[in-house]
Amino acid sequence: MNNVNRYVLNNGLTVLLKEVHSAPVISWWVLYRIGSRNERSGQTGISHWVEHMMFKGTELFPKRYLDKAIDREGGSWNAQTSLDYTAYYEVMPADRIELALRLEADRMLNAKFDPKEVDSERTVIISERQGNENSPLFWLSEEISAAAFRVHGYHHEIIGDLVDLQTMTRDDLYNHYKRHYVPNNAIAVAVGYFKTDEMLARIRELYEGIPAGQTPTLFSRPEPPQQGERRVKVERPGHTAFLEMSYRAPAATDPDWFKIALIDSVMSGPSGPGGGNIDNKTTRLYKALVESEIATSVYGNVLPSIDPYLYSITVTVRHGRTLQEAEDALNAQIERVRQGDITQAELDKAKKQARALLAYSTEGVTGQAFWLAFAENFESYKWFDDYLARLSAVTLDEVHDAAQRYLRPQNRTIGWLVPTGMDEAEMEEDDE
Amino acid sequence: MTTNGLSLPGPQNITRVELKNGIVVLCYENFTAQSIVVNGLINAGSVFDDDARAGLAVMTAGALMRGTQHRDFNAIHESLENIGADFGISAGAHKASFSGKALAEDLSVLIDILNDVVRYPTFPAQQVERLRGETITRLQYRHNDTRYRADRAFRENLYAPNHPYHRSRSGTLQTVPTLTVDDLQRFHRDHYGPQEMLLVIVGAVKAAEAVEIVRSRLEDWHNSAQQPAPPLPDMQRLTQTVRASITLPGKTQSDIVLGVAGPSRYASDFHAAQLANSILGQFGMMGRIGEIVRDDLGLAYYAYSSVEGGHGPGAWSVMAGVDPRNVELAVEHIKQQLQRLVSEPVSDEDIEDNKSYFTGHLPLQLENNEGLSSVILNMESYGLGLDYIQTYRDRIYRLTKDDLLHAAQNYLNPDALVIAVAGPN
Repeated sequence: MNNVNRYVLNNGLTVLLKEVHSAPVISWWVLYRIGSRNERSGQTGISHWVEHMMFKGTELFPKRYLDKAIDREGGSWNAQTSLDYTAYYEVMPADRIELALRLEADRMLNAKFDPKEVDSERTVIISERQGNENSPLFWLSEEISAAAFRVHGYHHEIIGDLVDLQTMTRDDLYNHYKRHYVPNNAIAVAVGYFKTDEMLARIRELYEGIPAGQTPTLFSRPEPPQQGERRVKVERPGHTAFLEMSYRAPAATDPDWFKIALIDSVMSGPSGPGGGNIDNKTTRLYKALVESEIATSVYGNVLPSIDPYLYSITVTVRHGRTLQEAEDALNAQIERVRQGDITQAELDKAKKQARALLAYSTEGVTGQAFWLAFAENFESYKWFDDYLARLSAVTLDEVHDAAQRYLRPQNRTIGWLVPTGMDEAEMEEDDE
Repeated sequence: MTTNGLSLPGPQNITRVELKNGIVVLCYENFTAQSIVVNGLINAGSVFDDDARAGLAVMTAGALMRGTQHRDFNAIHESLENIGADFGISAGAHKASFSGKALAEDLSVLIDILNDVVRYPTFPAQQVERLRGETITRLQYRHNDTRYRADRAFRENLYAPNHPYHRSRSGTLQTVPTLTVDDLQRFHRDHYGPQEMLLVIVGAVKAAEAVEIVRSRLEDWHNSAQQPAPPLPDMQRLTQTVRASITLPGKTQSDIVLGVAGPSRYASDFHAAQLANSILGQFGMMGRIGEIVRDDLGLAYYAYSSVEGGHGPGAWSVMAGVDPRNVELAVEHIKQQLQRLVSEPVSDEDIEDNKSYFTGHLPLQLENNEGLSSVILNMESYGLGLDYIQTYRDRIYRLTKDDLLHAAQNYLNPDALVIAVAGPN
């Protein structure tokens, strides 16, 4: 991405600015370098819960004031907690960006964490987890992560374990906030309709006075090498079976990450930076699993992450077919790739797809701002800048080599979601 | 009207051309990225289904891309995926809709595929069987999904059995297995045609060039068998509350859908209802309902309301996901908010805030090609006029507190709702 200006303020806050004048809109992000990967046992889900508490008010902007003020200004705001970060963002009409700049500066320092609000939010978060639990795939994903990572923080879900959500205290949350929400642990990004010098000046006014904190020591335990294939089986009511095969994957900063992304594109279809994707009906796995009528869908995912994470393939098994059939068919395709039969034509197609998906994801300012912050967190915004060039540079031999090294059975966790059926639902209708 | 010196889409920069066969083409140039978006509508929605063939419109739309007289399944998808393009067709209640995206240099590929699949589908038997199996698997999955089941029960109780909104658009485990290739062919013959077809192109292409690409492929399409949409049956107003509860084992959360039939997009009080709804369950993190149910009581992760609009009386409904023990408490508080909305005018602050929200938010919807094309498609589809965006502010600021109260009273009756709940015992 061209025309990005990077600054580091005196208090350590990293600022990335990019002017885009296609629409009168600005996207403003503040990302903190703290995510679920850094959470200790007993405090799983704390990053996500703190994220919720950031919407519960400060002295300057009491609870709900901002919900209304942002909407009144025609903007939108939200936040996301991920494995590797917690990020807050506003998208505003360009002439209303002042509110977003002020509010993020304010809540970097002054979030209240009122004990009553903590209690009320506890039930909201538990409700969010219960909503996830209503989906069988959530249970499967939770078990696979727990099996794939015995030591590393990637082993628990971002939402956290129920027992921790029931027992964490207000002080736990507040300490987490105070430790990690400091300017020298944050990345701020603006993309949109502004002049860089004016925007930088205003950011300096609002943020440079926030004192730097002690650089947080991040809780991080490297995962030891895997010593053989792992398996989990989850049984849940329902009629649909799912298979997930997750291989240990390289970190985003590892040159191998780009090779796995291209293999994924050939196997199950491309994923664009910014989350966009296209159909995958000409991919190897679609042909082998869906066209053969063993499955009804298959998709893959390799997330750019700070530490080595997972390359996951998820299969929805077709009614009347079995998990074993799906696993056998998937194994056969993986074995082909490991034997080195990806062709130059397939690789070229994957690269063209990457170019298109990049164009889609950079149409809007929000996608661009997200990617700058996201990439700066695990390496540098230039990771995104160089994304296409690095994909293009990957050779066929390198793809074959990466397939052999990463797609070994010893490097994977296989999960089966076994549906146990369901008593026919009883539907009762009562007139009140 | 301009914002920050940028011109909003309007008659001066949207190219609108009606082809000889009735297809309306709208183009909007946007050279900020190298991509283009195509989307549009054909008069082939599930309002044409009947009870015995519920799911036919959806299955027909899904099967169009499974093979044509000129391309088999693989050739269709290779044409798209080899260049990183995407294209799909699905059926909604009233219209079949298509949408696609590609690098601008590949616009003609998208239009070629559109032309081929809507005019020359062959519905290969093997592909139809494959699609049927995928549909059945999806229906079985949904059967165990609390949100889907609550929503289905809500609609089945809200709309009379003779109303098309009563039916599941995807069909059921009883109807989908019975749909034949003949049914699909007949549906295609009777409903796919250029009459009332709309096509919008937004992106890095000159409008004149885009129109010519469409004209050269689609202007010779005629279908004398194409049928007009059937009228919707009259809605009977509810006279008392109807409750439906669905038990799904193994779930930990209950999903609630409650509400009434709301205004169509054509209703004169549509904007007033939208604004009232925003105050009820959207503005400032889910409006009054969010404030009580989520914020104050901590009962739910999500609790909001929506007005669907659309070509017919879409739902005006409230949705919430709560701990099963809190269902009755949440329902009671939601009903209180409905009562408040129909019995007292909103405050000056509420209405001013929401007017500012609606008008200020508009540029955000026009941030990328997909947003632009969907706004332009809506303008044309509902006959809002090409100056709709430019006059939008006036339409919203004209509304009074009385307008909102009357709109709420016109549709909402807290004592005559459909309340559907799906969750564990």
